[in-house]
Amino acid sequence: MEEKVNQIKEEALKEISNAKAMQELENARIKYLGKKGALTEILKMMGGLSPEERPVLGSIVNKAKSELEVAIQEKEEILEKEELAKKLESEKIDVSLPASKITRGSKHPLTRVIEEIEDLFVSMGYDVVSGPELETDEYCFERLNLPKGHPARDMQDSFYISPEYLLRAQTSAVQARAMMANEEKSPIRIIVPGKTYRREDDATHSHQFNQVEGLVIDKNISFADLKGTLEIFMRHMLGENTNLRFRPSYFPFTEPSYEVDVSCFKCGGKGCNLCKQTGWIELLGSGIVHPNVLRMNGYDPDIYSGFAFGTGLDRLAMFKYGITDIRLLYGNDVRFLNQFDRKD
Amino acid sequence: MVEERKESMLLSTNFLKDYLDLDDNIDVVELAEKMTKVGNEYDYAGRLIDTGKLVIGEIKECENHPDSDHLHICKVDIGGKILQIVCGAPNARKGIKVIVAVNGTKLPGGEIKKSVIRGVESNGMLCSIAELGLDNKFLKEEDKAGIHELPSDAPIGEDAIKYMGLDDGVIDFELTANRGDLRSILGMAYEVGAIYDKKVNNIDLSHKETGKLEFDVKVNTDNCKLFLARRVENINIEESPADIKEKLMASGIRPINNVVDISNYVMLETGQPLHFYDADKLKAILEVRMAEDNEKLTTLDGNERNLSKEDIVISDGSKAIGLAGVMGGLDTEITENTKNVIIESAIFDNVKVRRTSNKILRSEASNRFEKGLDPNRTYMAMERACHMLEKYADGTVIGGMAVYDKAEKEEKEIDITVSNICNILGTTISKEDILDVFRKLDFKTKSDGDKITVNVPTRRIDISIKEDLIEEVGRIYGVDNIEGKVMTLPVKKGSYDKTSREIRNRMVNLGLNETLSYVLVNEAEANMFTNKDKESIKILKPLTEDRSFLRQSIITSLYKIYEYNKSHSIQDVSIFEMAKTFYKENANNKIKNVGSSENNLVQEQENYVEETKLAGLMTGEYYLGLGLKKVDFYVIKGIAEEVLDYLGYNGRYSFVQNDSLPKDMHPGKSAEISVNGDIVGVIGRVHPGVCKDEVYVMEINLDKLLAKKVGKMKYKEISKFPSVKKDIAVVVDKHITADELQKVIKNSGGKLLQTSNVFDVYTGTGIPEDKKSIAITVELGDMSKTLTDEEIGAVIDKITENLANKFGASLRK
Repeated sequence: MEEKVNQIKEEALKEISNAKAMQELENARIKYLGKKGALTEILKMMGGLSPEERPVLGSIVNKAKSELEVAIQEKEEILEKEELAKKLESEKIDVSLPASKITRGSKHPLTRVIEEIEDLFVSMGYDVVSGPELETDEYCFERLNLPKGHPARDMQDSFYISPEYLLRAQTSAVQARAMMANEEKSPIRIIVPGKTYRREDDATHSHQFNQVEGLVIDKNISFADLKGTLEIFMRHMLGENTNLRFRPSYFPFTEPSYEVDVSCFKCGGKGCNLCKQTGWIELLGSGIVHPNVLRMNGYDPDIYSGFAFGTGLDRLAMFKYGITDIRLLYGNDVRFLNQFDRKD
Repeated sequence: MVEERKESMLLSTNFLKDYLDLDDNIDVVELAEKMTKVGNEYDYAGRLIDTGKLVIGEIKECENHPDSDHLHICKVDIGGKILQIVCGAPNARKGIKVIVAVNGTKLPGGEIKKSVIRGVESNGMLCSIAELGLDNKFLKEEDKAGIHELPSDAPIGEDAIKYMGLDDGVIDFELTANRGDLRSILGMAYEVGAIYDKKVNNIDLSHKETGKLEFDVKVNTDNCKLFLARRVENINIEESPADIKEKLMASGIRPINNVVDISNYVMLETGQPLHFYDADKLKAILEVRMAEDNEKLTTLDGNERNLSKEDIVISDGSKAIGLAGVMGGLDTEITENTKNVIIESAIFDNVKVRRTSNKILRSEASNRFEKGLDPNRTYMAMERACHMLEKYADGTVIGGMAVYDKAEKEEKEIDITVSNICNILGTTISKEDILDVFRKLDFKTKSDGDKITVNVPTRRIDISIKEDLIEEVGRIYGVDNIEGKVMTLPVKKGSYDKTSREIRNRMVNLGLNETLSYVLVNEAEANMFTNKDKESIKILKPLTEDRSFLRQSIITSLYKIYEYNKSHSIQDVSIFEMAKTFYKENANNKIKNVGSSENNLVQEQENYVEETKLAGLMTGEYYLGLGLKKVDFYVIKGIAEEVLDYLGYNGRYSFVQNDSLPKDMHPGKSAEISVNGDIVGVIGRVHPGVCKDEVYVMEINLDKLLAKKVGKMKYKEISKFPSVKKDIAVVVDKHITADELQKVIKNSGGKLLQTSNVFDVYTGTGIPEDKKSIAITVELGDMSKTLTDEEIGAVIDKITENLANKFGASLRK
């Protein structure tokens, strides 16, 4: 009997180890350990044995049974792993197929540049303010030391809608507004980004364009402060290696006045097409606020001084993103707009 | 303050050297760069004839080319060397002295190279004047017709350009509007002299005088402060000497004859425009007055000009004979037969001259009058002209001068302190250095301790206050010598219009592209997508019809952008823009412009209204979540609601259909957006009559919207007990709107109703033709307990009962 049990056990172990799939293993389990299984049949035959023989055989069969159970369990784990591996293999996907599209719009490059400038100046304690685009002659010119008939007026040929109203030719108009709106005549630190309009339209000028204006009024504000501020501004926008060149110039609302060139960021100042071989690109107008402007807008030039600066945002945006044609900025081709959908 | 329009002024270094002892070999580019650093930009700096060396040669032999009917084969002696040059000029012949460009010379037309012309070797080129690169306006017919013939004593082998007196440096400056003084060689001499620390030489005004002038000047207007006249007799009109002609050409002025040239030459030297009259065509008087309206005058160029009361004229006592500061009259002009001249040197009101010249003609003279002139130069120019007419036209200067003089000729005295200068420039400059700057500028100074009194020469009309002097110190001392510094102002919080930025961010996150469009449009476009009772604003002097009106709606711009993209085969367009729109209020009542934030300094503006709006346009397919959806009314409505909800207006807005919609919108698929009963915008489909495609647009007036206050965002408690969702489907008349049903549901649901959402609208099989089925999910819940089936049933019953009573709604099972 014992021999028979061992024989069945060996057979069973062989079948278990040869099982290729869970079903085969289950078949083997049923064949040997099931209700009608070979070992179960032997146990059933124990009734015919002597009480002495019974426990002996019983322990032999039980031992064989548990051996088989362990073997089945081990085999089961192996087969499960194999089947999982097979399943995973069959589930492999092509990760290179296109992703699900998720909605994403874009901000216009000009807005991006404005926001970048706003963030910089806000971090230095400036307020960003705006003013009307349909402006009065008074604020656009007269309060900026440009009385009617001033020779510098034809430098800014403007879109008038009536003798007193025009589409503002410069964001500088908001300088006067900020000074007039400040009832305590306390220090001012503002920038003014916004649209401006002039009566010209050619390859390099758009009749509508954008400027940012800066104005600081406080005690003891000097040209050196202006220079330091514009160095921070331009290096932030165009790179830390940017050099600035201040050239004395003329604006009716500042005295002294300076035009500011930046070293060409394309060639590093060596000379190229962009800078017309000069190494410099003219980018800003600036100066110390004219005492007449302070006086006209309620500030005492003996107590306060200030600086003002302005620059064209369209060109800054073009430089920043390598846009070579200004018409692209106003063309609004969706293929162009779509490109501005990521962080800088 | 970005771009200033500047005006060109050509400076001849030869001319400059008449008044300043500069190095003979001064580098023009270096000079131009130094001028740039003190504030005088340049556009070009180089030689008048920019060719490299050209030599004087003599044609020793000249034979006809065997294979050509016009070419010559010349043997040209250029000094120790004979070149064979093939030349096509008709006047090429043996024995003449010519200008030779040897191989390697770069002419404006290209580099000269050894070549073979119809089988004959040619080493160089014989030049005409036209081939040297002089401006076309200086060229006479003979300069273009053939090669230039030099005098027979021209030295072979020498530099031809030098020999002809054309060796000159030219800088084309771009001058700022305030520096009228630099529109003269003398002014340039003071400026360059300050840079190189050199004194300006005296101008020669000497001349003899004969007899006594019998001539009168009368001024009958405030617009002329200074008017001088002198007489010079027996002049000989001929060609000017080469030196004068060259300096005029280098300065951009075409030589005519000695007398005309002198008037231009003296203007270039002194900055004072002069006018010469043929004295024999005048009576014994010149009068300055304002023109009559419609008075006629034929100017030098032969054009008859129609004048107005705004123009200053010179009259001969009866009729206008010259347009003051702009152009002389034809009747009294200098001709080849002129023997006697009256010289006029005067100052006219700069604003009046500018207006007249803008209207009629801009000239070298008007350019200078516009900037304002130095009265001392008016006298100087008169004497200089007499000197020149005597010297170069054999004129006899008549003694005495007719004078009208109300001009201020004293030097201005300005007090300034060393600390004024240092404080504004933000650096330390010693008193000695400051005084040295004024000495270089040739400004006289007195100083007492910290104080400096500066006498500003009358030539510097741009300097009137101490800040002007600070600029002088800054630029001559050197802007580069002043270090930039970091300001030490009190720390303060900066601020910006956060709401605008958040609206943009929201729109971008919703998948729309931001655009940037023009405010100026044509008349039809200006009136689109707006209510007809608002008037568009017109530009007085537009550039083109297409940009002659201010838009009333941004949608009009977005619609054009859509059309542009469609024409480029882009079907899916989802765009937005935040910008200004404008209109004119018809009534006389003043409109207060409401600023959209504290940082907006817009104030009251007569009856022009400027508004900030947010507009959107959507067409084609739009990615909604992860799926594609064809844009319809409900898609753009979703965008509008998203923005309104984000801004905190949830529950306060509705979409109202009425007949006050803009005529360019589909009347059945459009609505006005109402917040708390006020219309703040429009939304819907563009009228099929305007556009066949389904294009949806929206526009919200942000000034109106944001003026409506929104409470702070606050946390609302979440119930610990589960809520229950129930669907109700009712059949109602077709015209009943979802909003109307919702209102009843909300009122009926009471406190237990948390949300209710329409999820389906059905018409068709099973539903009567004039009815529709609307399915709504209601969510019920309580903060303190789980609702029982009875409680839920009671609420649902109440809702359905009220719907039945109000709308005759029947429950659809």
